[in-house]
Amino acid sequence: MEIDSRSSGFNSSNQSSGRGWRTYLFIVTAIIAVPMLVIFASLLQPFSSAWQHLFDTVLTDYITNSLLLMAGVGVGTLVLGVSAAWLTAMCEFPGRKILSWAFLLPMAMPAYIIAYTYTGILDFSGPLQTALRDTYQWQYGDYYFPEIRSLGGAICMLSLVLYPYVYMLVRVAFLEQSTAVLEASRNLGKKPWQTLFLVALPMARPAIVAGVSLALMETLADYGTVAYFGVSSFTTGIFRTWYGLGELTTAAQLCAFLMLFVFALIMAERWSRQRLRFHHHSAQKKMVRLRLKGWRSALAISVGGLIVFLGFILPATQLAIWASVGWQENINGDFFRLLFNSFSLAAIAAICCLMVAVFLAYTKRAFATRMELGAVAVASLGYAVPGTVIAVGVLIPVAWLDNQIDFLSTTWFDYPTGLLISGTIGLLVFAYLVRFLSVALNTVDSGLTAIKPSIDESARSLGATPSRVLSRIHLPILRTSLLTALLLVFVEVLKELPTTLILRPFNFNTLAVRTYELASDERLVDAALPALAIVIIGLLPVLLITKSILNERFSNE
Amino acid sequence: MAIFTPSARSFLSAALLVITPLYSAASDEVNIYSARQESLIKPLLERFTEQTGAKVNLVTGKGDALLTRLKSEGMNSPADVLLTVDAGRLYRAQEANVLQAIKSDELNSLIPGHLRSSDNQWYGLSVRARVIVYAKDRVQASQLSTYEALADPEWRGKICVRSSSNIYNQSLVAGMIASQGMMKTEGWLKGFVGNFARPPAGGDRDQIKAVASGQCDIAVVNSYYLGGMILSEDQAQQTAASKVALFWPNQKDRGTHVNISGAGITKSAKNVQLAEQLIVFLAANGSQEWYAERNNEFPVREAVAVSSVLESWGPFVADKLNVSELGRNNSAAIMAMDRAGWK
Repeated sequence: MEIDSRSSGFNSSNQSSGRGWRTYLFIVTAIIAVPMLVIFASLLQPFSSAWQHLFDTVLTDYITNSLLLMAGVGVGTLVLGVSAAWLTAMCEFPGRKILSWAFLLPMAMPAYIIAYTYTGILDFSGPLQTALRDTYQWQYGDYYFPEIRSLGGAICMLSLVLYPYVYMLVRVAFLEQSTAVLEASRNLGKKPWQTLFLVALPMARPAIVAGVSLALMETLADYGTVAYFGVSSFTTGIFRTWYGLGELTTAAQLCAFLMLFVFALIMAERWSRQRLRFHHHSAQKKMVRLRLKGWRSALAISVGGLIVFLGFILPATQLAIWASVGWQENINGDFFRLLFNSFSLAAIAAICCLMVAVFLAYTKRAFATRMELGAVAVASLGYAVPGTVIAVGVLIPVAWLDNQIDFLSTTWFDYPTGLLISGTIGLLVFAYLVRFLSVALNTVDSGLTAIKPSIDESARSLGATPSRVLSRIHLPILRTSLLTALLLVFVEVLKELPTTLILRPFNFNTLAVRTYELASDERLVDAALPALAIVIIGLLPVLLITKSILNERFSNE
Repeated sequence: MAIFTPSARSFLSAALLVITPLYSAASDEVNIYSARQESLIKPLLERFTEQTGAKVNLVTGKGDALLTRLKSEGMNSPADVLLTVDAGRLYRAQEANVLQAIKSDELNSLIPGHLRSSDNQWYGLSVRARVIVYAKDRVQASQLSTYEALADPEWRGKICVRSSSNIYNQSLVAGMIASQGMMKTEGWLKGFVGNFARPPAGGDRDQIKAVASGQCDIAVVNSYYLGGMILSEDQAQQTAASKVALFWPNQKDRGTHVNISGAGITKSAKNVQLAEQLIVFLAANGSQEWYAERNNEFPVREAVAVSSVLESWGPFVADKLNVSELGRNNSAAIMAMDRAGWK
């Protein structure tokens, strides 16, 4: 759309009023990019002998496994997410309404938690295989059973909890697609599935890309699942280099390469759709859903049901069974404090992320030049970086700043300030902003892409200021995307562990921290209650917000 | 945003939290960065508060992450005490120059020389032993002797052990490098890794369960996990634990490999005296008994009474190697494990 706006003839007025916006954009992205730049700066330091060791031994493994993991999760989330979106947005069958929110449920499930529960069920020593052996008198090696703790297992786990990103964004895209175009396709005699592949999917490309890239970035940043499954990925390699070899610089350098890789992917994708436009020009018109009958309807119900069963019902039930042991003594004042901490932290971070995302997305749309686009792209790399590394990237410059302030204050005013920002909740919220900004930004961006630039231009030509265009035109149209972004970040922060672990203040715990501590001690039964609480709190906004997201266009059905 | 009105009050109070640092440097408070998880340290800290009236503030996390936080915060760090669950991280803290020497005759008399740093920068507070666990129905104790013997071909496809990313596997190998040298250790690793029943995955309890259910015959694990399973409320874990037995390796030579959880006082400590008082408290008999009772860890001295589970495993000879060596050889151990293909 940059092309549209630049060729529109409003260029000069944009330029003058855009200067202020662009300056702010630059300041905001610069602050958010600091942790990433700290990591990139490690590339300026000498490469230690640890690199030689990594080259000689494990680096190939790390890279291969991570690429396979990405490919697997990419395909998995694409297939699951797009099918779910197509079924609930374009088709009509009994149970569709229930499925359209139930598809979101797995999002509330942290990936490492689903990994624990499936291992509990499917492992060699788990109830299923034990029952099989007891029934058929088998021994180890007598039968084939897929090993859950493997690369394939990790792909399944991550796909099951990450497909909702694709589902959410693609569903909105499908719903907002021009009914006229889809009807034209049908009237030309194309079968529904042909319409899907020839028209609907290509038109939904920005949403698909946004959803899948979120899923892939999360995959690259995942440590808990792959570490538990014994898969040596690039990320486990980063931590092994840091914790094991004690080489923080080499670990940061590895991470910098990971970020360069992600940056290249983002740029390649952007370049490939540079001249394409995805907004439509026809008026909104109520769309008629394709009514599924007979076996088609049965298939839709069972496929949809299976996805929800595997991604949510089964693991949640397992958690509930574990949590039912001794929950009475675990629900106490301390537990409610955890609930409060987790909830308020997630809510604050979600609102901050949303505000920044709206500002960046809109400024980008209205005024950005190539340089600012690059700055925003760097600022949104955080999601692909493991939380612990982000935390270090935040910790080092902020502690430095704190110490400088303390030094100056002590020398000038003889008043030591100590550490002002380090170890506060404010720092934690900033770290979440760095890490999860792209979740909100991608969502808001893909919503904005669907709005015609000519709307902006008409409003501007009638004398509306950019902020008025944003508040009176874009935000109301974007309501769905905004709520979606809010929800996504809320749930992300709720599940977040590594950043919280390092940066939190004294005596401050969250549900995720408690879950992790118990689970890392292999006390899954005790970890189940806080884990279940994460899932349940994550469900609240899913239920609240989906009501408004889902009823957008078919409200009077 | 009408959905948020009911909780507007919680937002407000949470927003206040954002701008208020939660710690202070009051004279009767001590601040801890702890790699030991909350449930395994907080009850002791509460006891300390009861006895002394001093408030204890706690942040838990991974050792290296806490150390990075401590390093970047520098002399203004609020932390008084660094607590870790292995000697390697304390050694690293010592190398990073963030700890100070403690001059305490009391601590020196409570904690044996090989479980603390030579310059008194840190002290071991509990002992964790890495043992062999075997299937009672398939393995005789007489077949077992040392870690070294686990590389023998008779164990091909019969051993379960977790990933080499686990610190206790690293320290086991680091200890072997210190006592046997790199050459011998590399040879051993080759045979040992060749004997794995499956690619390493899961934690120590998972290895014990795998032995119990017949996927492998022996596993190398930390003893407190077996203790935890024996005392578990979960029936499945109890059953699994009942099918295996514990073997103390290397009783006739250097002794069973042990690591420690331990603590040091930071250079930035505002309250050195109280910090020292806390470490003495953690080394005293009451706390030592608690480690055994609560987490089946061994006390740092022999005179302390241990729990019935530890009692049932009998006395054992522990490796007397100074645990600093585990830290010194940690990265060499990782590299050797990488070369041997131990995932």
